[in-house]
Amino acid sequence: MRRLLDRFGFGPGPGDVDAAVTRGFAATAAGLLNPPADVGVAATPEPDLGPEPQRPAKGDKTAKQQFAQAVQHQEVTLTSWWLDRMVAADAPLAERMTWFWHGHFATSDQKVRSPRLMQRQNATQRSLATGQFTALAKAMMVDPAMLIWLDGQQNKTGAANENLARESMELFMLGVDRYTETDVREAARALTGWVVDRDTITAQVVPRRHDNGSKTVLGTTGNLDEGSFVDVVLAQPKSPEYVVGRIWSRLVCGVAPPPQDVLERLVAAYGANRDIHATLLAITQEPTFTDSAQTLVKQPVEWVVGLMRALRVRPSQLPARSGAALLTGLRAMGQVPFLPPNVGGWPSDTAWLTTSAGLARLRVAQLLAEHADLSTVSGTASANRLAATQSLLSVDQWSSRTMAALRQVLDTPPQLVALAACAPEYVVSL
Amino acid sequence: MFTVSRRRFLVFSGVAGAAALAGGATQVPWSSLFDAASTTPLQPGQGVLVVVTLYGGNDGLNTVIPASDPAYQKARPDLAYQPHEVLDLGENLGLNPGMTGLKSLWDNKELAIVRGVGYPVPDHSHFRSMAIWQTASPTTSVPTGWLGRWLDATGDDPLRAVSVEPVMPPLLAGARATAASLPVNGLKMPTGKLNQAFAALGQSQTGEPELAARVATSMTDLQNAARVLGGAVHEDGNTKPNKGQQGPLAQQLAVVAELVEAGVPTRAYSVSMGGFDTHADERGTQQDLLKELDGALTPFVNRMKGTQRGQQVVVLVYSEFGRRVAANGSDGTDHGTAGPVFVMGAPVNGGFYGQQPSLTDLDNGDLKESTDFRSVYGTMLDGVLGTDAGQVLDNFPTRVDNLLKT
Repeated sequence: MRRLLDRFGFGPGPGDVDAAVTRGFAATAAGLLNPPADVGVAATPEPDLGPEPQRPAKGDKTAKQQFAQAVQHQEVTLTSWWLDRMVAADAPLAERMTWFWHGHFATSDQKVRSPRLMQRQNATQRSLATGQFTALAKAMMVDPAMLIWLDGQQNKTGAANENLARESMELFMLGVDRYTETDVREAARALTGWVVDRDTITAQVVPRRHDNGSKTVLGTTGNLDEGSFVDVVLAQPKSPEYVVGRIWSRLVCGVAPPPQDVLERLVAAYGANRDIHATLLAITQEPTFTDSAQTLVKQPVEWVVGLMRALRVRPSQLPARSGAALLTGLRAMGQVPFLPPNVGGWPSDTAWLTTSAGLARLRVAQLLAEHADLSTVSGTASANRLAATQSLLSVDQWSSRTMAALRQVLDTPPQLVALAACAPEYVVSL
Repeated sequence: MFTVSRRRFLVFSGVAGAAALAGGATQVPWSSLFDAASTTPLQPGQGVLVVVTLYGGNDGLNTVIPASDPAYQKARPDLAYQPHEVLDLGENLGLNPGMTGLKSLWDNKELAIVRGVGYPVPDHSHFRSMAIWQTASPTTSVPTGWLGRWLDATGDDPLRAVSVEPVMPPLLAGARATAASLPVNGLKMPTGKLNQAFAALGQSQTGEPELAARVATSMTDLQNAARVLGGAVHEDGNTKPNKGQQGPLAQQLAVVAELVEAGVPTRAYSVSMGGFDTHADERGTQQDLLKELDGALTPFVNRMKGTQRGQQVVVLVYSEFGRRVAANGSDGTDHGTAGPVFVMGAPVNGGFYGQQPSLTDLDNGDLKESTDFRSVYGTMLDGVLGTDAGQVLDNFPTRVDNLLKT
């Protein structure tokens, strides 16, 4: 049950596991997948980032600096808002899947340089997060931030730029080794002609820049455009297992692919409609999902959001300095939303377990414990504090190693809770 | 095939990072080694390798530039440098004008340029090609990096390889050992009871799931790394900068410089710089990046000359591929193949190695490699790390002759 709340959300708050156990597994899964109106979401409306910062003229150093500051400011506003939304959402699956798609269609503001465009992409991913993958993939081909990120704007007839075409097939829709270099070159032609208007946050195809000739991609010949390109790629026999496998790798297990029979059932659920909702439901119905082997190292954002949900700490209610320290901590752990390292997204599992990230994790946990109401721990006798901490963080069971460690700080509840959040039993979603 | 391609995907897309490749890692028994390491600092004659990874696929043809070759000018009408713009290296090649520091190293015979470095049947995927470079396995997918296997082969101690990057690169993942990592501002550990309890969380626990055990291991590694490495870096985060430097790579190299000078027994370091995926408006962007690279490498190499231990350091700079010979129409270049590798430092014989790939005899618009990257690695393993490269590189036979002084 706790695994379901971990993987289809960001982990339980205090009491959530007990409540879910009362409802039952299938009913809890159904509730996560078909949530009622979400008060937490309504209370965290998208921020208005203001107008697009004035782009500096070449060589104007002051303007360049002002632009960088304005972008930085908007980036922090947007990132803090999203973290706050992830913590506030009563039904977290929509945010969890938006977070998944952000990693899947990994786009970084480091190159886009427009938090407003990143916000638009984020909203698009959210609105299509559990719908049909076809619609999401088509939306991403003409998403303004994506077009800038993968040089779609430079891709025009007679002067193709392959970046978006290649990564779309390799990373977004099909997987490496399942297409040829010729397919890449032809696909790039299908994607020609799109230009972005940063002020209106829109992208449009300019007919004279679009290549109307015949192209052949993956054996299909015709006057392909971005929509028919997506249709051709997603119709490849290997595409469904690729997309399903990506979801599995982030929600169930990153080290091993699903067993063949499980994969076949999930692909069947994904089906001709490329239905993400149905795929997720099918995952919850697989006995393998609850198998003890399916462990995942929480990504830094998942760990920190889960911890804030457990401690009832809202990023928006932190003092400005602590809010900044939270983002610094995420950076030190290696993961800041809207700034993935490259188009392949963030790494998984043990890549997060570097020596330096371990220290950053403790610092962030200390910061959050300072701002949390720990009365359920501090208000109880020392002898009961291990159990109170276990319940606060919804950990199934402390190992004897962790109990021995935590006993050393029983008299300091903030340290106790911070250390507990760094215990292997909490860093890994078991 | 699904398992293989999926694993490849995980490995090469960065979806699974370094150590995930190295399944079945066990508790690293290096507390004892650590004690030995702190009492036996880096010895004279022990080479130190600093690997600089340039992520994104640096355009080799606009780094070491055949500016006077008509085929070069023809292929890149708006992107080409003119002969008078480049820093002349001889043999009709010149350095990118952003790399004035490396030019001075070249003139002092401290910079070697290995030309046309690649591997057979080049792959145009960043992730795949970078994984090939980092695992040194061009044909089959393997879960370990070449320096990770070197760690495995020479005694597990993760402290002997250190990454100064936020996320561990696959090249440092071994089957049994993974390198330690150090943030650029050092490891300022908590004190007192809190740290005792924090250290106790790193104890192994019988029957624990593997990933949880890996968390525990990393926490023990952290305690040991802080004891050996943490003190070498200023705790206020003000690492003594290399002269005139800016940017993350310069900061990473400043940490490496301090560790080497302090006599930390680490033999291999990994640092990196990104942003080289220049599909559009490449000329200005790449020149700025190369200037930043030059501004980080040159002061580091010069600083290393000043101490005995520093003179044991060899720097290796590579990227996952070069770019297409022809420009792409957005004043940039798409993913290509072979490129130059830089090797520098006191133990290096400066000059050119390997053949410059032809601009007219192309493979579907791409350069043909003239030097296999494993021959460069083999030279580093034999000559710098003092380890028989055979088992690390699957007995790859060739080396780059005379690259290192003997």
